[in-house]
Amino acid sequence: MTVAAEARQSTATVTFAKALNQALADAMAADDKVLVFGEDVAELGGVFRVTDGLAARFGESRCFDTPLAEASILGTAIGMAMYGYRPVVEMQFDAFAYPAFEQLVSHLAKMRNRTRGALPMPVVIRIPYGGGIGGVEHHSDSSEAYVAHTPGIQVVTPATVDDAYWLLRSAIASPDPVVFFEPKRLYWSKARLTLPVTTGPIGTAVVRRPGRDVTLIAYGQSVPIALETAEHAREYGYDLEVVDLRSLVPFDDATVAASVERTGRAVVVHEAAGFAGFGAEVAARISERCFYRLEAPVLRVTGLDIPYPPPKLEHWHLPSVDRVLDAVERAMSA
Amino acid sequence: MTLLDLPVTAHRGDPAAAASYWDTDPLCYLDRHGAPVEGGLRPAPHLLAADRLLAVYRALRLARAFDTEATALVMQGHLAVYPSSRGQEACQVAAALSLQPQDWLFPTYRDTAALAVRGIDPADALTLLRGSWHCGYDPKQWRTAPQCTPLATQAPHAVGLALAAKLSGDPVVALCLLGDGATSEGDFHEACNSAAVYQAPVVFFVQNNQYAISVPLRKQTHALSLAHKAIGYGMPGVRVDGNDVIALMHVLGEAMERARSGGGPTLIEAVTYRIRPHTNADDAARYRDAGEVELWLGRDPVERLAKYLTATGRLDGGLDAAIAEEGAKYAAAMRDQLTDEPAVDPADLFEHVFATPTPQLRAQRAMVEAEADAREAGERR
Repeated sequence: MTVAAEARQSTATVTFAKALNQALADAMAADDKVLVFGEDVAELGGVFRVTDGLAARFGESRCFDTPLAEASILGTAIGMAMYGYRPVVEMQFDAFAYPAFEQLVSHLAKMRNRTRGALPMPVVIRIPYGGGIGGVEHHSDSSEAYVAHTPGIQVVTPATVDDAYWLLRSAIASPDPVVFFEPKRLYWSKARLTLPVTTGPIGTAVVRRPGRDVTLIAYGQSVPIALETAEHAREYGYDLEVVDLRSLVPFDDATVAASVERTGRAVVVHEAAGFAGFGAEVAARISERCFYRLEAPVLRVTGLDIPYPPPKLEHWHLPSVDRVLDAVERAMSA
Repeated sequence: MTLLDLPVTAHRGDPAAAASYWDTDPLCYLDRHGAPVEGGLRPAPHLLAADRLLAVYRALRLARAFDTEATALVMQGHLAVYPSSRGQEACQVAAALSLQPQDWLFPTYRDTAALAVRGIDPADALTLLRGSWHCGYDPKQWRTAPQCTPLATQAPHAVGLALAAKLSGDPVVALCLLGDGATSEGDFHEACNSAAVYQAPVVFFVQNNQYAISVPLRKQTHALSLAHKAIGYGMPGVRVDGNDVIALMHVLGEAMERARSGGGPTLIEAVTYRIRPHTNADDAARYRDAGEVELWLGRDPVERLAKYLTATGRLDGGLDAAIAEEGAKYAAAMRDQLTDEPAVDPADLFEHVFATPTPQLRAQRAMVEAEADAREAGERR
């Protein structure tokens, strides 16, 4: 999965959302088969402005508004991919993507396999996800486990501006479908973006911070929480390593296992409810690979097993630095 | 006037025109005895040319032979399941023959006979129902999507492909096959609505065979007809006799050409009947009586065209016997291909999940291959 790097060079401090916008624009400029469509993506530029300016620059035949119908949006993308296009569709919010679930599970995930490779599905589904933005009901779900459980779909979620750009370029270039979860709370975070940039192919995790004592494994907007925890942990004399999974499927067993082999302790952090959540898969894989090196049980710090709470209560639900530190304490005292 | 295929704008603001326009009588050319109906459709002359009609008749016979043989094969355990289209052959044939080579067909599990008429090898067409893979033909080669099982979910694909062709400037039409039950699904609604908004070159062809497994149409919709649903989408709707292949060819031909020339989508309801149970595993006696089936056997679509061709001097006993012989040969070849146990390879399970297998899939493949080797060596059950 490679993307030809553009010759043009640029450096700017940009928001996470702008990096995604730049990736879409560059992908559309590089390949006229790349189309962007969804609800409010054309004139408005998307409710989070990730598609801002694309319709004006590339025309309404390449970036267009659809009727408010998520199954149709994804089903249309599947039909367009059958004809050789590379659709990038936007689901406006995590919980509004559920009507498209049947299309995702029964067709997008299976079409290549069903047709022995004759109909590959180079489709990207962008889904703003996660909480912590004061959203009312149905605007803060973390639905990655539903998708990751479906064979045939790649699941990616960036945590840095560089990865926002590069992973989206990689997703669009991928011959297989990608569900691209965009952490809403990070949309307005800023960093310097120097283009062209290459971070890593889909399927690779990255060590964001090396450490000796405990491996914190996180993705999406839990990565900044893990990094902040690692800073605070120094006060207690703990040296934490932070692994950013960024690709849930394919899963980078090698990077995760190598880290836990070094530290002997692992804490998995994510916002989604813990029960049967993605962290359960991570913990199981670590146990299978690192059991004899583990100094403590693999722990999880996740959202509570409750329907996503209203804004005034959501801070009780979300993994906090203190809650992760508590887990680190437990791991260190085991 | 029973013709429901005028642009919907034609009757806007004119209730009287709308009332006659959305007549619920199905359009037809032939009555059930094969005689042209007075005041019925007037098909284009090329549809009534002798060589064209004989080609259609041959296709009807082939579809019937295919269905009969597949039904026998499933009874004998050579197919995993077979949803018969007996009684719906006129729809199957008209759908397949209305396509130009560049057009795409989006079939359901009940449309295997249409695949055969399109020219797909019967063994490849029956791969799904045989259970050796999910699709046995190359969809790009045949411009035929894999047969779709979850109802109406292929309809948005047809819209997407049609829109892609439109954006590319290609004269391609997508023909989406659906059943009456599928019209209750959300994807049907979303696809019709989107197709009309995009003015996509797609035709929705609903074979109303009266039953969704056991549930009759009256429990499926409160609409006057399925064709009426087109009104809400702002597209033409047509209700046609689904056992009258000439009427079907006419109506489908008009809809396909309207789509091809930029006129947008059409919804066609073909009124027909599923003579056999839902599949070989179904017991239709639990929900409908034999008299109803008898009634529809009297409206047989193959016999109807045969009577018309005979009455107009285009078919005689000799030619009919020769065409029957072609069907018998086709069925015998089918039987030869499908009675052997199909070869399957467990390595195929991993080959096309992704373009490049993940490390985890490579490990699982190695495990399964080792199991297969051990089994071959007699070391494993």
